[in-house]
Amino acid sequence: MDINILIVDDEADFVETMTKRFRIRKIPVASAGSGVEALKLLGEQEFDVVILDVRMPGMDGMELLRQIRAKYPLTEVIMLTGHASLETGMQGMEMGAYDYVLKPADFDELLDKVRRAAERKALNAGTKAGN
Amino acid sequence: MIEGSGYTKLRIKMILTTLGFSLIPLVILGFTIYRQFEAAHTSKIIQHLSHLTENKRRTIDLFLNERLSQLMAIAYTHKLEYFLEDGTLERVFTLMQARSKYYIDLGIIDQDGNHVIYTGPYQTIRTANYKDEEWFNQVLAKGFYISDVFLGRRNYPHFIIAVSRRDGNRNWILRATIDSDIFDSLVQSDQLGANGDAFLLNAENVLQSKPRFGAKLLGTMNLGAYSRFPGVRNETIKVDGKPYLFGLTWLENKNWLLAIRDDPAEELTPLTQTRYMVWFILAGGFLVIAGGTILTSNTILAQLMNSEREKASLNASLTQSSKMASLGKMAAGVAHEINNPLAIIKEQAGWMRDLLGEEDIKNSPNFKEFEDSITKIEFHVTRAKDVTHRLLGFARRMDPVHDDVNINEVITQTITFLQNEARYRVIEIDTNLQKDLPFVASDPAQLQQVFLNIIDNAIDAIGKNGNIHVATMAVHDPDEIIVTIKDSGPGIPKEKLDKIFDPFFTTKKVGEGTGLGLTISFSIVQKLGGRIRVESEEGQGATFIINLPLNKD
Repeated sequence: MDINILIVDDEADFVETMTKRFRIRKIPVASAGSGVEALKLLGEQEFDVVILDVRMPGMDGMELLRQIRAKYPLTEVIMLTGHASLETGMQGMEMGAYDYVLKPADFDELLDKVRRAAERKALNAGTKAGN
Repeated sequence: MIEGSGYTKLRIKMILTTLGFSLIPLVILGFTIYRQFEAAHTSKIIQHLSHLTENKRRTIDLFLNERLSQLMAIAYTHKLEYFLEDGTLERVFTLMQARSKYYIDLGIIDQDGNHVIYTGPYQTIRTANYKDEEWFNQVLAKGFYISDVFLGRRNYPHFIIAVSRRDGNRNWILRATIDSDIFDSLVQSDQLGANGDAFLLNAENVLQSKPRFGAKLLGTMNLGAYSRFPGVRNETIKVDGKPYLFGLTWLENKNWLLAIRDDPAEELTPLTQTRYMVWFILAGGFLVIAGGTILTSNTILAQLMNSEREKASLNASLTQSSKMASLGKMAAGVAHEINNPLAIIKEQAGWMRDLLGEEDIKNSPNFKEFEDSITKIEFHVTRAKDVTHRLLGFARRMDPVHDDVNINEVITQTITFLQNEARYRVIEIDTNLQKDLPFVASDPAQLQQVFLNIIDNAIDAIGKNGNIHVATMAVHDPDEIIVTIKDSGPGIPKEKLDKIFDPFFTTKKVGEGTGLGLTISFSIVQKLGGRIRVESEEGQGATFIINLPLNKD
């Protein structure tokens, strides 16, 4: 599958396993342990979907989301949160995230959302290209 | 809260202080005024007594003077021969008696001490001779003489006034006897009051007049030894053990001491009355002040105790609130901290499952076991996740919000969340929402949680193919909004109906429900001041009815 994914989370075990699971399904995935690292990677290559954790030390998820939407508007963002709060979710959606998923997440559900997010990106990119 | 003994000490301190500050001035005032009054009163009495004594002295002195003058006038205006004529003395005496009843008799005594002529009731003394008497010599020497009171030959208390005249080479004495009784009445008078007394004493403390009380005429009254002094003296003298106030003065014409004893009752009564009055007022004042103090103290202390109690209870509920708040935060923190490891475990299990798909372990005898174990791990992680998510929902509930909520909007929003699921299961959700439904002062997020839970339950109950009907309406008296959610599911059997809101009660299979949903919903509705109940019959679906007060203050 031709989707380029970036996972951002400070929990190393989580990121590692997620990466393995995506790769075994032949989906290319890069990882970052912090918002700063993520932005650096985003500067180096294009990603279709970014999966980020809302609560991270240093730059938190919301701030990262804001920056991604500002700098790379075509890249879709899916938020992960272990702290289920309606306000955070709504806030994220308002700021342009594609969706949010509560931890612990169902992988297939997450995968489905990633696919749809990528589709939208492709659509937007196509439209843009078309203009 | 201050203990009982602390309050008692405070109470006593309060009362004693107030009493002290109130009573001490009162007592000082009463005492001072009484003393002032006593001093003024006493000084007045002494003044009065002095005046009385002085006046009486003047009266008596005047009397004695008058008698002397009268006798002298008689003696010096006629020669002895005149008096020796028969009846002359009687005539003169009658004249004298006409104006002054004091004379008992009158007589003339020659220089040899013989009574030459006499008029009066005691004829027997005509034969008396006074040559050796002391008074006889004195009157010849001094020209006049006033005697002390004595019984004498007459055996009757009297005193004599005598004047002597030198006529050529002859001396003769005109002597009159003064009636003691009548003299006494001169000394006594109404001015003395009911219990006052007045009497005369000679230099040997022998009574020269009859006092009203106590000793008899010619008895002794020892008032102390007084040598002649000028003017009036006021002394307090004990008579028969009782102290009396005396006014003392010496007569000018005779060596007699005039003593006027003040009416003790008259002196004391006003003072005693005043003293009683002072005591009475003090006592009354004390009672009033004490009463007032105790009342005020009690009131203040009651207020204090009340405030303390309120403060304590406020503190308690504050502590409770903050405990609950921290509990909430802790719960949220715990849930969050558990969710992360859960997520990791889930991914690990998922990864293992992925690997099972890839590796050639499919043929190993334990493959099935691996697969089953992984499935079970994932299953129970999901179960734990449900609990933490419910817990997070609960934690969020700690501080209810008071917004103006449009219930219709909340319901509509909630249904959109579940629309996908419902459509997927071919369940139709229709609404009958009252137009212009009044706003409710409540918490929109929590209400949404309740509606979400119930409609979600309805969807699960129906399973596939059915409908859910949601309605809202406003009623009056009491002013509230009623929300009904009716499903076309299998309904709830009677024996489960009253357990439905119990915590951890669920009809779903293990892992499919936590049993907390309705419990939390019930709790939310109650906290918002409303009620929630369910009506159902087996096979007839279930209807949830929620009453919410408008909460308009």
